[in-house]
Amino acid sequence: MAESFLIKSEPLKYKESDLKTEEMIINLGPQHPSTHGVLRLEVVTDGEIVVDVVPHMGYLHRCFEKHAESLAFNQTIPYTDRMDYVAAMNNEWAFVMGVEQMLGIDKEIPKRIEYIRVLVAELNRIASHFIAIGTFGMDIGAITPFLWMMRDREHILRMLEWASGARMLYNYIWVGGLFYDLPVGFEERAKEFVDYLKPKLKDSETLLVNNKIFIERTASIGVLPADLAINYGINGPMLRGSGLKFDLRKIDGYSVYPEIDFDIPVGTGKVGTVGDCWDRNWVRYEECWQSIKIIEQCVEKLLGEHKRTKEFDPRALVPKKIRPKAQDFYVRAENPKGELGFFFRTDGRADQPLRCKARSPSFSNLSVIADISKGCMLADLFAILGSMDLNMGEVDR
Amino acid sequence: MQFEEIKSLIEKELPEAILGEDLDSTPTTLIIKPDSIYQLCSFLHLNENTYFDSLSCLTGLDNGEEKNSMEVIYNLYSIPFDMHLMLRVVLDRNNPLINSVSEIWKTADWHEREAYDLLGIYFNNHPDLRRILLPNDWKGYPLRKDYVEPEKYHDVKVKY
Repeated sequence: MAESFLIKSEPLKYKESDLKTEEMIINLGPQHPSTHGVLRLEVVTDGEIVVDVVPHMGYLHRCFEKHAESLAFNQTIPYTDRMDYVAAMNNEWAFVMGVEQMLGIDKEIPKRIEYIRVLVAELNRIASHFIAIGTFGMDIGAITPFLWMMRDREHILRMLEWASGARMLYNYIWVGGLFYDLPVGFEERAKEFVDYLKPKLKDSETLLVNNKIFIERTASIGVLPADLAINYGINGPMLRGSGLKFDLRKIDGYSVYPEIDFDIPVGTGKVGTVGDCWDRNWVRYEECWQSIKIIEQCVEKLLGEHKRTKEFDPRALVPKKIRPKAQDFYVRAENPKGELGFFFRTDGRADQPLRCKARSPSFSNLSVIADISKGCMLADLFAILGSMDLNMGEVDR
Repeated sequence: MQFEEIKSLIEKELPEAILGEDLDSTPTTLIIKPDSIYQLCSFLHLNENTYFDSLSCLTGLDNGEEKNSMEVIYNLYSIPFDMHLMLRVVLDRNNPLINSVSEIWKTADWHEREAYDLLGIYFNNHPDLRRILLPNDWKGYPLRKDYVEPEKYHDVKVKY
């Protein structure tokens, strides 16, 4: 009975009769170290060569969109945390930003709140990229960088826990404000942390990114041309790895990003071809340096121009009732993995949206896998999968 | 290019396509005749003045039994011109059927599968219209307004 249950509910796309004599189907997953979550890949192979890859997902599907339809906007924020659970700050910020723009209060948010949001979001971006780089190294056999990166990421998680009370799922950014002001001494601690992090980041460059074995395994593998990436709706580090300078923090210029000085790193094909696995990883690595730069500027502002005062209340603008006028609204933000978009339809009468669709970056990023891994070796499939930095909580939502 | 210019460009090329507009929405929306969606999208994608090279989001939407309609919403974005456009198509709820745009933007492939999976909207000429998030023998479309979840799935209780 158990066997028929499995076959009935989750079939293979390919049948035995579709295959040529030498080909066979390999099931990768549902759980595999190179996917952060549950993903099953149906791989058709001819010896060591990958002929086709069919992703099967939905194992984690926790009905975000259905929940959002039945909950008030501020009650949905904890659910957005759970989409990309390694970058929860960025998710809730994108959602909150959309609601604020719909209410028309996004221009009135005090600068201090915005700078705190940028600070925590960039800290979380570093944490997310550390997971990406560390596990990518682990996917192709390097354990030490992973352990080092997890150690440094833990410092970030502890700091965010200090601010919000939760280790990974924060619910810290609220519509119109923040759950609470930063704890006393957080800015100084952030400064210390940045000074601690810089040499560590340098270490991981020597240990992993410029390592000869690592380059051999990742250079010129899984090459994704920019036009194909755009056609597949891919953005974030994957698109920048393909050489296009496209970052929503610069292009949309939301929040206080226009006041902050930072660069957009792009893949240049330094050791292989533009858009290969190494380039994608390198873009993430360089973005950590840029995030450090942003954090330093935020701390400077938070200690200087927009410093803590007794009168400052981070919840002053939090609306009693969140009821946007009837409209369709699409908002997007630059998450560590790419563009996170929310589509809202509100009717102006209810506290909850009629429809809320999350356009998650990992979902689009995963859809290209069949195209760029056809014809590669089976062992390279893991390099490609790891370089995508997927998060299944976001693919399934 | 402004919204009005895009509109007049479409009116010149495909005079039948536009049914109306919604200026309250962000980005501004054109309401499109269901039959002309494929032609319109491929025109907007290829025209050198618009060049909408990416499809940011595709949303399916159920208006419920009362209004008896369904909608598909396309969020277009042009990277070189930094330009947004939203297209809306209203479909009959009893027979939600529309042409697929997955030939134009490959990302539409999965987004359309998702709309099919969760709302039961069918896409003509889609290369591989299967359920994507739910198992393929699941009954019903969960994001429809009148959806009632089944009591049991493979003899396992669903509701608690």
